[in-house]
Amino acid sequence: MALSGLDIYKLLPKTNCRQCGFATCLAFAMQLAKKTVAIEKCPFISPEAKSILEAQALPAIKLITLGSQESKFDIGNETVMFRHEEKFRNPAGVGFIIEDGLSDTEIRERLRKINQLKFERVGQQLSVNLVALKQNKDASRYLEAVKLLLDNTTLPMMLMSKDLAALKQAVIISQERKPLLYSAQQENFAQIGALAKEFQLPLVVMAQDIDQLRRLTKELNGLGVNELILDTGIKPLADKIWDLTQLRRQALKRSNRALGYPTLAIVEQTDPYLEAMEAGAYIAKYAGLVLIKGWSSWEVLSILTLRQNIYTDPQKPLQIDPKLYSVGQVNRDSPVLVTTNFSLSYYTVLGEVEASKIPAYILSVDTQGMSVLTAWAAEKFNAEAITKSLETCGVKEVIRHKDLIIPGYVAMISGDLQDQSGFRIIVGPKEAAGIPAFLKKLN
Amino acid sequence: METQLVLEKWPGVVSTVVIGAKKEAGGSRGNTVTIGGQNSLPLLFKEGAIPHKPIIAFEIWDIAPQDWPDELISAYGKAINDPLAWAEKCVNEFKAELLCVKMQGTHPDFGNKSPEKAAKFISLLLSKVRVPLIIIGSGDDAKDNLILPACSEAARGERCLIGCAVQDNYKTLVASVLADGHSIIAESPIDINIAKQLNILISDMGLSLERIVINPTIGALGYGLEYAYSIMERARLAALSGDKTLASPFICFIGQEAWKSKEARVSVEQGIIWEALTATSLIQSGTDLLIMRHPQAAQKVNNYIENLFKDKE
Repeated sequence: MALSGLDIYKLLPKTNCRQCGFATCLAFAMQLAKKTVAIEKCPFISPEAKSILEAQALPAIKLITLGSQESKFDIGNETVMFRHEEKFRNPAGVGFIIEDGLSDTEIRERLRKINQLKFERVGQQLSVNLVALKQNKDASRYLEAVKLLLDNTTLPMMLMSKDLAALKQAVIISQERKPLLYSAQQENFAQIGALAKEFQLPLVVMAQDIDQLRRLTKELNGLGVNELILDTGIKPLADKIWDLTQLRRQALKRSNRALGYPTLAIVEQTDPYLEAMEAGAYIAKYAGLVLIKGWSSWEVLSILTLRQNIYTDPQKPLQIDPKLYSVGQVNRDSPVLVTTNFSLSYYTVLGEVEASKIPAYILSVDTQGMSVLTAWAAEKFNAEAITKSLETCGVKEVIRHKDLIIPGYVAMISGDLQDQSGFRIIVGPKEAAGIPAFLKKLN
Repeated sequence: METQLVLEKWPGVVSTVVIGAKKEAGGSRGNTVTIGGQNSLPLLFKEGAIPHKPIIAFEIWDIAPQDWPDELISAYGKAINDPLAWAEKCVNEFKAELLCVKMQGTHPDFGNKSPEKAAKFISLLLSKVRVPLIIIGSGDDAKDNLILPACSEAARGERCLIGCAVQDNYKTLVASVLADGHSIIAESPIDINIAKQLNILISDMGLSLERIVINPTIGALGYGLEYAYSIMERARLAALSGDKTLASPFICFIGQEAWKSKEARVSVEQGIIWEALTATSLIQSGTDLLIMRHPQAAQKVNNYIENLFKDKE
C-alpha cells in the first residue's frame, strides 16, 4: 500500500527547517507522496525513516528488462488488479519454446517462421518477444542449438537447462544477448544464482508452492540476485490462474517484496486452439511472460490481439489524427466516407475500403476517440461536428461532387447533416463489412 | 513466517437462473440448464462457490442465414437451409445443451414473417428438439414487440430465455415473459449504469431478479473486446459486493461478433480461433452463457471449460 502524505509526515523531523525548499515538513510530505521530489532533499531524515520511504518509492512489482539492444522489452511494474482501476502497463511477453532435439534444419525453419510473426492492427505493430531453448539432449548438442539461435534470430533468448555446466557454457557464448536463465529451484539456487550474478542475467525462480517461492527469492536476494521472474510450474489451468492472481495480490495488497516480481506461465498444450485459449487466460490474468510452442500465424495473431486489447489504456482509447485520408489512386470523383477518429472505427473502415479496391476518401472526424454510436450519443458525431470537419479538412478542394457516405448507425442525422453541410447524404451500411458491396453498387 | 494468502470473501452472490422446464415443472424439455449462483470472481474456485459452468448455446436462425461467411455455412452443410434440420443437427451431432434461435426472418428486410408464422415456427421447433430454448428477436423494435409476445405464448411454460429488452423498449416483452413463465435478457450498450437501471425497471414490473440475464453487448477479439471485458468485471465486482440489481448472470453473443471480423474471413482456422478466444476471454471476465456459431469453436471452448472445471465440482 502506498503511504499517504500524512503517513510520510509522521516520519519526517517536523521542524519546518525549510532546507528541502518547502515551507513546512507537511508540504514536503505531500510532494513525497506524489513522488515529485526525492527524500534526499531532507538533510535531517533518520536512516530508519529513509529506508521506509525508499522502499515505498519502489514499484510493488519490479520492472524487469529482458534481452538486449533493439529487441529488448520490459515486464512488471504493474499497479492494479483490474484494468479499469487504471491500466495494465507492460504487455506480457510472448515467447516460443524450442527443443534442442530438433534437427538443425528444423530449428532454422522454426526460427525463420517465428521471426516473421509481425502484424499490424489498428495502427500498432504487434510482435513476438522471445525464444526459449530447452535442453533435452547432451551439453554439446545444447551448445550447437544455442549457436543456431544466435545466428538465426535477434529475439531475446531464454536458456532452459537443468545441466549447470552446459548452462554456463551457453551463457558464455550468448551473454551479450542477456539471456533469461531457467530456473532456480530448491536444489540448485545457490549455483544458478551465482551464475546469474556473475553475468548479470535475469533468472526465473521456480517452486510449486507460493511460500516456497518466497523463501527462494529471499535466499537469492541475499546472494545479490535481484532480477527475478516467478514461476509456479506447470499446473491445471484453474490452479495456475489462482497462483498468478495470488502472486499479483501478494505484491500489490500485501507489499510482499519477496513476491514483487513479474511472473512466467508456460503453456503445455499440443492443440493450437487450446494453447491459444490457455495463453489468453494467462495474459488476461497477470502473467508477465507466456511461453507457447505453436507458431502458426493464425494462432499467434489471435494471442497478440488479445494482449493488445487487455493492455489498451481504458482511459485513452486508441485514436488517430482526425483529418481527410485518401485510399488508393483517388480522383475528383472518388467517394467520401465519414467515420470517427477512434482507431478501431477508422482502421475497420480503411480495411474494407482497401478490400473494395475502389479508391476513396475517408474523413475521420475528431470524436476524441469515441466510436460511432458513442460519439453520436455524446454529440461529437452529429450534424454540427461533421459539418465543421467538412469545412476544415479540405475535401471540397479535392472533389467535384457533393456526396457524403455516413455510417448506417447514424442514419437519423441525414436530414440535419444535409441541411447544414450542403452535401447530399448517402446512408452507408451499419457494419463496415458491408462497405465493399456498398461501394461497388454505388459505382 | 508463512506467506498468508490474500483471500477475498464476498457478501453478494450472482442469482441463479434456470432455463428450460421438464414435464414435472410444466414444460416438455428433456433437460434444463442452470447458470449463475457463484459468490466468487470467475474461476477463483478457492474463494467461493462456483456451482455452475459457463454454458454454450448454439445459435440458429428461423431462416437460412444470408450474411454468414462460407467457413461457417459449410460447417453445417445442407441442414442450414432448413432451420428445423439445422436445430436437430446442433442437438444430435454437435450435442448442443441448448439452442438460441434468432427470429431473423421476422425482420421487415428479411422476409417480414408474421407473428402467427413466428409462433408456429417456435411450436414446431419445440416439438423437434427437447433442449431448452433462448429466443431472440430480429432487432427491429416495432416488429419484435409483435412477434416476441407470439413466440412467448407459443412456448408458454417451457421457461425459455427471451430477448432482448432494451432501455427504451422493455415493457411489452416483460409483460409477455411474466405471463408465460419465461426469463428475460436485458441488453445494455456496454454501460454498467444502464444495465443496472434496466434491471430495476424490469423488476419494478414484477419480474424477479432471478429471471433476468444481462447482455452487456460485446465486441469480438480485436474489435473492442476490452470494453465489455472491463464492464463485466466492474459489474461482477459490484454484484459480489452486494448490489443485487447487478447480480444477474451474463449472456454474450460471441459468434455474432466474432464472425463479423475481417480475420474470420481469412481462413477457417483463423475464424474458429477468433470465436473461441473471444469466448474464453469473456469467460475470464465472468460470462455464464455463450452464444456461439461454429461447431468446432464451440467444441474447443467446451474442452477448455472441462479443463477449467476438472476436479472442481
